[in-house]
Amino acid sequence: MPEQLFAAPALADPMTPRVALVRRRWRDGPDVWTFELEMADSDDPAYNFAPGQFNMLTAFGVGEIPVSVSGDAAYHGRLIHTIRAVGPVSIALTRLGSGDRLGLRGPFGTAWPMREAEGHDVVVVAGGLGLAPLRPALYRLLAARERFGQVVLLYGARGPADILFRKEIESWRRRLDIDIEVTVDHAAQDWRGHVGVVTRLIPRASFDPLHAIALVCGPEVMMRFAIAALNDAGISDAAIWLSMERNMKCAVGFCGHCQFGPVFVCRDGAVFRHDALRDKLALKEL
Amino acid sequence: MEGLDDIIGKHPFFADMRDDFRRLVAGCSRNTVFEAGQYLFHESEPADRFYVLRHGRVALELSAPGRGTLTFQTALEGEIVGVSWLIPPYRWTYDARATELVRAVSIDAACLRGKCEADHDLGYDMMKRFMPVLIQRLQSAQMQVLDLYGAHA
Repeated sequence: MPEQLFAAPALADPMTPRVALVRRRWRDGPDVWTFELEMADSDDPAYNFAPGQFNMLTAFGVGEIPVSVSGDAAYHGRLIHTIRAVGPVSIALTRLGSGDRLGLRGPFGTAWPMREAEGHDVVVVAGGLGLAPLRPALYRLLAARERFGQVVLLYGARGPADILFRKEIESWRRRLDIDIEVTVDHAAQDWRGHVGVVTRLIPRASFDPLHAIALVCGPEVMMRFAIAALNDAGISDAAIWLSMERNMKCAVGFCGHCQFGPVFVCRDGAVFRHDALRDKLALKEL
Repeated sequence: MEGLDDIIGKHPFFADMRDDFRRLVAGCSRNTVFEAGQYLFHESEPADRFYVLRHGRVALELSAPGRGTLTFQTALEGEIVGVSWLIPPYRWTYDARATELVRAVSIDAACLRGKCEADHDLGYDMMKRFMPVLIQRLQSAQMQVLDLYGAHA
């Protein structure tokens, strides 16, 4: 298991939710909402997250789910979470409006290896909602752009209407120091960009595979193919990091629901270096 | 001026091809240009050629009643368009439209099939070049059919 560069801060009582207040919310795609939350205590540990970490969010009376932080760690005093309405809890959470309250535990889990990435090219490969957990890393990359080599973002979405954080991607594209390619699975004729799976963008991307780190997040099938394409491009497993999403319940490695072979995704992940998981990703039994 | 032999030799699809094979392929080839919006071919027409893209982007499309025309893949410079010429009944199964100015080498399918029949080493070489394209298309189709980014993902 590689050394984790960012450990979750010690929480006094990790199992007890604190109350968070919804300050604002806005739509970021069909069924996808982004929330700006404020904690009651301005020194709440939730504000001290590292890119890639997640919180457990509670819709009172409905349930609790893990949600990665999608905002900027430098933006102190507000927490940003992006949620897609797919199940009872996420649907209840996305129905919350300004002034409503929810429960929050966290931050939990490991983080993207931002310090290790310094001095390297960084290839960010995201699929669908997987861009949300990667956005804090992108903020960090862009805020300290001079510390990194080539920065490449390759993003695959279902269709043009499903592109997450579209205005922000467009503004990043206007910068001249990041290569961004977006592809969609299918599109109408008025779409002028790429159509096809995100893995097809990897051989065309400009980076030095011997001095590159890849950050990957998306559905597991997409990540498996992305890892294969990154390997084909010359990036080793030890330089590929991915964020897993499994059945996380307690978030502290007690309950075992998210056990993935010898690791608990909530405690040992959700961000893993690929060589720690390599042989297990394609195992149906896990 | 650069000849077709040179152009084909520099294209990634024909990388490291034997000189004599490359000349045989060039003998079936011609340069072609499509303006944005022009179709390279339409579904159900005879697949009598394939295209080696040198510049531009081509959308591979299918029309569905009630849904209009959907693009399921785009092909770019360095790639090829058209695999239906390889197997009978040699008919296109989708439309191919230039979304911007496209410069390509058009390769006559009957001509190349004839040369492949006459020289199976050439045929095997061509098959080895087309198989990765076919496998990649199959893998892409698998992922697209799974609708990985859909609500159930």
